[in-house]
Amino acid sequence: MTGVEGYMYPNEMELQWSILIVLYPFITGLVAGAFILASLERVFLVEAVKPIYRLALLTALAFLIDAPLPLQLHLGHPERSPEMYLTPHPTSAMAMFGYVYLWYLMVVLVFEIWLDYRKDIVIFAQTTKGLKGLIYKFLTMGSYNISPRALAIDNKIGWIITLIGIPSAFFLHGYVGFIFGSIKANPWWSSPLMPVVFIFSAMVSGIAAVMLIYMATCKLRKVAIDVRCVDTIAMYMFYIFIIDFALEMLDLIHRIYESDESFRSLNFMVHTQLYIPHIVIQICLGTVTPLVILFILQVSGKKFAEKVRLRLCTISGALAMIGIFAMRWNVVIGGQLFSKSFLGFTTYKVALVTKEGLIVAVALALLPFLFLWILIKFLPPWEESHHTPAAGD
Amino acid sequence: MNIFKDSGHLFKFAACFVIGFLIYLGLRGFVVPKTFGQYGHYRGSALKDIAAKPIKYAGHQVCEDCHTDQATAKSAGKHVTVNCEACHGALAAHANDPTSVIPVKPDPLVLCARCHTATAAKPKDFPQVNIDEHSGGAPCTMCHTNPHSPAMGAAPAAGGAK
Amino acid sequence: MNISRRHMLVLLPAAAVAWESVLAGTPENSPNYNMSEHWWGMLIQIPKCIGCGNCVRACATENDVPDGFFRTWVERYHVTDYNLTEPEVISPNGGKDGFPIVQEDAGKYFYVPKMCNACADSPCTQVCPVGATFVSPDGAVLVDQSYCLGCAYCVQACPYGCRYIHPQKHVADKCTLCYHRITKGLTTACVENCPTGARQLVNLKDPKDPIHAFLKTHTVQVLKPQMATNSKAFYYGLDGSVR
Repeated sequence: MTGVEGYMYPNEMELQWSILIVLYPFITGLVAGAFILASLERVFLVEAVKPIYRLALLTALAFLIDAPLPLQLHLGHPERSPEMYLTPHPTSAMAMFGYVYLWYLMVVLVFEIWLDYRKDIVIFAQTTKGLKGLIYKFLTMGSYNISPRALAIDNKIGWIITLIGIPSAFFLHGYVGFIFGSIKANPWWSSPLMPVVFIFSAMVSGIAAVMLIYMATCKLRKVAIDVRCVDTIAMYMFYIFIIDFALEMLDLIHRIYESDESFRSLNFMVHTQLYIPHIVIQICLGTVTPLVILFILQVSGKKFAEKVRLRLCTISGALAMIGIFAMRWNVVIGGQLFSKSFLGFTTYKVALVTKEGLIVAVALALLPFLFLWILIKFLPPWEESHHTPAAGD
Repeated sequence: MNIFKDSGHLFKFAACFVIGFLIYLGLRGFVVPKTFGQYGHYRGSALKDIAAKPIKYAGHQVCEDCHTDQATAKSAGKHVTVNCEACHGALAAHANDPTSVIPVKPDPLVLCARCHTATAAKPKDFPQVNIDEHSGGAPCTMCHTNPHSPAMGAAPAAGGAK
Repeated sequence: MNISRRHMLVLLPAAAVAWESVLAGTPENSPNYNMSEHWWGMLIQIPKCIGCGNCVRACATENDVPDGFFRTWVERYHVTDYNLTEPEVISPNGGKDGFPIVQEDAGKYFYVPKMCNACADSPCTQVCPVGATFVSPDGAVLVDQSYCLGCAYCVQACPYGCRYIHPQKHVADKCTLCYHRITKGLTTACVENCPTGARQLVNLKDPKDPIHAFLKTHTVQVLKPQMATNSKAFYYGLDGSVR
């Protein structure tokens, strides 16, 4: 039984949305952020981030495949989820999920990755034997045309898709923010800033994730890390992080200054139950600390040795990820800890082995890395393999 | 012509989308419940399903059809606003089959106390007593002989309907 | 003006006919019910509520409400005159077993029965992703439990805490305004079992409904009017401290 303090409506004692629903906006955020990072190279022509272009796309895809799983597991009747596609309710933000997700998965990510890898796929299909070769043959969709002209067309279409992809990424994650921001019954959620905060924090976490994954893969492959690339990523992360932090603080200050009917209750919650996850982890550890490190890197970065710079980037990236996970936690869980009567509070303890417990959550958080590993096996994103395909043709 | 030759693979990809969309449309027409959208964005027949749930409280009109003497007693007394099942419990089953489902007579000390126990939190104009002081443990019906018309000196309660 | 239970009888002429169908084992064939003639709501009179919990028990029995969850519940407010906005509220087991006795008499006490507010602009049905919950043409907010995903978004969206996820069925569950009773000419289980007439089912479309005379001469309020849900649960004598 949960611990209740003060008065809660009797149906509010137990939380409806568990840690899985915390995971869901976190993972979708990584997708959106990773894609935005990829688009830097493609659309905004930032040459320095070229080494992570393909890796960022594959990361986005791996996390996108994982994204609906926590939602699906959380449903009381997962077998009925196709109803979202069959009879989507036009006034429901959640009903949009199915369509935005499919659009993003198929039209943006899969199509763009397919276009970008088509040359490699065709070459692999001609050179690889066995099951793997069959899969490559399937992926070519029967087209072996990799004439320069065909590839030029692919390139142009890919550019357009990336262009469409940027607003799509904003849409994908903005609507996740809207799911929370549009609930007028819940003052902790109800805010027009919510979608914007979600988008910018998503970009920070996605960029940090790709940066960390890039450094980790370099270590695993025993390849030198492209420091210029990491520096550039860190720079973009810094600027977006500043916007994200400013928006979050704006929201906070606005709430404190307006002090509406819910303020007393929410203020108490932030100073007690949410103190550690919100003030300590999200704001101090997960936002201010990485911002300070990134700031130092920006103003005096070149004074540090490359190794130190990489280390500082790793630390700030990891802290940013923790901070943004904490932000999702504080939104989703925090929004359910207080009574809508503003007279009481309940508590949330993560179960360990239930359907929505910690083990499942950790498994779902690790699953994208398995997907990513499989994707990398099939579609190597590395520069060298890009230029000299395996088993020379 | 050359353009089409070099972008043929794109059309194949697009064809997959079109086929997928057509399958979706076909499936949708087949799977969505027939009455969906009849009144609004929901299954129209859900209204019938929800309305078909059996009832458990018969409603006082039904009780009063047979138990006319109690109804008359009640209508003259203070308990006129209290419906039968508020004290006697859900008795649709008894109304359906009066001979085999026999309701249990409520214990006045428990039943009366539910409403009439004195507490500072009750509306002041509502009759309420400290049961222990008021009756000294004796059942309420010893003095208030007819709970259907609880003023003292009213005609005693009659038996159940025959 | 006092609407007694006997006035309510006038409201429900279909009862006797419907009962014949109930006896015949075919309660769904209630021939007298026409959706377009009804727009259901509820009138709750705070000064009449004695906190006996009869409504909560009757609702649980009638609707098989699982333990620990409530389609209706009763709250007891204690407001002291030096702190009007910070009431002390209790609702032990939803008021199902009554309330503890109070001796001291400082400040004021009153009971507030809560239930689905039957909002005409209901935030809960707005957010349902699949159309499993809806406002019926006669003004009840219902859940199609054979269609509900159990995503709990509606539970989050209800400002009044009236919804829950059924622990066995894993779908949203809530007050149906006893839709299976009111469509047969009966009143709701809570209204039927309220000993003081603190609750009254009202049909706003019926010009003969006593609610219209009541509204002419009484001030009524809805819960959380700032939510603008167009609630049809009208409270008479509601204190400003009630949330």
